[in-house]
Amino acid sequence: MKYAPELKRSATIALWLILLTFPIMVIQVNTIENIVVWRWMNIAGVGTVAFVLSFLWQIYQHRKTESPLPVSAHLPAFQRLLADPKLYRPMLIFIAAFALVFPFTASHYQINIMSTALIYIMLGLGLNIEVGLAGLLDLGYVAFYAVGAYSYALLNYHFGLGFWTLLPAGALLAAFFGILVGFPVLRLRGDYLAIVTLAFAEILRLVLENWNALSFGPSGISNIPRPGLFGIELTLEQSAVYMYFLLIALCLLTIFVIYRLQHSRIGRAWVALREDELACQAMGIDKTRAKLTAFALGATWAGMAGVLFAAKTTFINPASFTFMESAMILAIVVLGGMGSIVGVIIAALAIILLPEYLRVLGDYRMLLFGAALIGMMVFRPRGLITPSSRTYVFQPSEHQERT
Amino acid sequence: MDLILDIKNLTMNFGGLKALDGVNLHIRQGEIAALIGPNGAGKTTLFNCLTGIYAPSSGDILLYQPGAKPKRLNGLKINTITSLGVARTFQNIRLFGGMTVLENVMIGRHARSKSGILGAIFRPPATRVEEKAIVDKSYAILEYIDLAPYVNELAKNLPYGAQRRLEIARALATEPRLLLLDEPAAGMNPQETRELEGLLVRLQADHELSILLIEHDMKLVMNLARNIFVLDYGEEIARGTPLEIRHNPAVIKAYLGEEADAEIG
Ligand SMILES: Nc1ncnc2c1ncn2[C@@H]1O[C@H](COP(=O)(O)OP(=O)(O)OP(=O)(O)O)[C@@H](O)[C@H]1O
Ligand SMILES: [Mg+2]
Repeated sequence: MKYAPELKRSATIALWLILLTFPIMVIQVNTIENIVVWRWMNIAGVGTVAFVLSFLWQIYQHRKTESPLPVSAHLPAFQRLLADPKLYRPMLIFIAAFALVFPFTASHYQINIMSTALIYIMLGLGLNIEVGLAGLLDLGYVAFYAVGAYSYALLNYHFGLGFWTLLPAGALLAAFFGILVGFPVLRLRGDYLAIVTLAFAEILRLVLENWNALSFGPSGISNIPRPGLFGIELTLEQSAVYMYFLLIALCLLTIFVIYRLQHSRIGRAWVALREDELACQAMGIDKTRAKLTAFALGATWAGMAGVLFAAKTTFINPASFTFMESAMILAIVVLGGMGSIVGVIIAALAIILLPEYLRVLGDYRMLLFGAALIGMMVFRPRGLITPSSRTYVFQPSEHQERT
Repeated sequence: MDLILDIKNLTMNFGGLKALDGVNLHIRQGEIAALIGPNGAGKTTLFNCLTGIYAPSSGDILLYQPGAKPKRLNGLKINTITSLGVARTFQNIRLFGGMTVLENVMIGRHARSKSGILGAIFRPPATRVEEKAIVDKSYAILEYIDLAPYVNELAKNLPYGAQRRLEIARALATEPRLLLLDEPAAGMNPQETRELEGLLVRLQADHELSILLIEHDMKLVMNLARNIFVLDYGEEIARGTPLEIRHNPAVIKAYLGEEADAEIG
C-alpha cells in the first residue's frame, strides 16, 4: 500500500481530534430540560473531515518533495490558455462582460449566491497567503472572518459607525487578532500549528456563543445595516445588486494586492519559508516576521470578508463561524492549487456555486465534496492550476563585470 | 594580517555528548582555511554554532568588522548573523527546490534589500529599481558561477554538481565577508571538483572573501587552504599548514583509526 504511513498518521490525527473536541462536539447540556444530549454523529463528522484533510495535506507534502515535474512541460491545455495573451484576453473580456450583465439578468436569489461566492473568493485568496504561499496550515481561518463580522456588527450597534468606516477597521482588527494569535502559535509547525489554530478558532466561537453581554450569544445580532450609497434609499433588490458590484470591486482589489504581494520580495520570502525554513533563515530572512506578516495579511482579507458578510446577510451569529467554514475555505485553496490565484477563484466558484445549482444532491454535498477532493488529489495532485514559476527578464551582456 | 573570525573555547553539548569541546579556531581576512576531521568529529556542529542554528553551550565566537568592535555571535538569530556578513552552504543540500535557480539566488538578496508590504503593493519607483537590481545582480552571480544556462530551471531539477554550486551562488548573494562551505565537493566528479577549486580561488581573489571549508577531499583541502584545523571527537587535535598537517602523527592516527582508506596527502 503506497500511502500506508500517511493513512496511519491521518488516522492518528483524526482520533486525536475526536478526543480533543469530544467535550465540545459531542456533549451538549440542555439546561432547559436538564438533560445531556450526546451527539454521537458529530464524531463521525469531525473524524472524517480531519482524516480527509490531513491525508490530503500529507499527500500534497509527499508529492511536493518527490514530484519530478519539470518547470514548463506537462502544462495542461487549460493552463496554456492562461499563458497566451491572444487566448486569455478575449476570455477576460467575456468574463468581465458576463460579470457586468449578470445582476441585471439574474434573479435576486442568483445574485445572492454569486455574492456569497465572491466572499469566498476573498477568503480563499486570503488563506492562500498563509497556506499556499507561506505553507502555514491554518485550520482556524474562520476566526478572523468572525472578528471582521463581529467588529462590524458590534461597533455599528454600540457606536453607530458606518460600513465604510468599519470595512477598514474590521480588516485591521482581524490583522491585529492575527498577530496576537500568531505570536504564540507560529513557533509550531505543520500538524501542530494546524491543531492549535483550530483550537483558537473554536475558543473564539465558544466565547462568542457564551459571552452574552458582549456578543448577544447564540441568538446573534440582527438588523445590521447594509452598506449605504450616498444616503440613497435602496430596495432589497437594488441593494443586492449594489452589494454584488461592491464585492466585485473588492475582489478585484484583493486579486491585485495579492498578485503584487506574491511577486514581491516578501512573497518570495514566504515561498522560501515554505520550501525550507532553515535555509530561508540562513538567507537572511527573519522567520518570525515573515510568518507574522503572512498571518496578519491573510487575516486582513478574512476580516474584510467578515464585514462584507455581516453587511450582506444583515444577521450574524456564531453558527456561521464553525470549523466547517475553515475546512471549506481550506478546500478551496487546496483544490485551486496552492499558491495559484486563478485556481483559487475557480475553486471558490465551483465549491460555492455547484452545490447551490445541484440542490437535488443537497444532502450528499459533503460526500460529493470528499469524493471530489480525493479525486482531485489523485488526478491533479497539485490542484486545478499548478502555480507556474515566474521568468524574469535581464540583460546578460551588460553584466560582464564580475559581481 | 587581521583576523575576521576568532573562536575561543567553543563547547557544544547535546545532553551528555560533547560535540565540540573547547575548540579554538581563527581565520584571517581574505584567507581560505579548512576544517577537517573524521565523520562525526563536530565540523558541521561548529558551522551550526557559528551561524546561529545552535546556541553554543560556552565559549565565544567573535566576528571582526571593519571599523567596529568585534561582534559576539553567540545566541544571535540566524538571519542576523547572515546580515552581519556570514553565509554558508549546507552539507545535505537545502535549496528551495520548487523555486527557479534565479529565484533561489534572489532570495539571497533579501538581507541586502528592504522594500516592505507597502512597497510590494504600490510598487513605487524605489521598489522597482530595487527589484530590478535584485534580478540583475542575481543573474550576474549565476554567470559568475557558470549557472546561467539553468537560470529558469527549477532548482530540484539541476544535476547534483550544479546544485552544490547553486548553494554557493545563493550564499554569495547575501554579500558575505566570511563564507562557510560544508563539503562543497561531496558527490562531485573529479572534473567538477577541479572546477570548484578554480571557482574558490577566483572567489577569494576577486572578492577578498574569507572562506572556511569543511571537506573530506584531501587533495582539494591541501591545494586550497593556507591553514588547516583538525577536529576529532569535538576536540582540536592539530592545526597548521598543509605540510604540517600531512605529517602530523595525531592526524594520521585519527584518520586511519576511523577509516582505513582515508589518505592524507
Ligand atoms: N542536534 C543534535 N542533537 C544531538 N546530537 C547531535 C546533533 N547534531 C550533531 N550531533 C552529534 O554531534 C556529533 C558531531 O556531528 P557533526 O554533524 O558535527 O559531525 P561532522 O564532523 O560534520 O561529520 P560528517 O563529516 O559526517 O559531516 C555527532 O556525534 C552527532 O551525532
Ligand atoms: Mg558534517
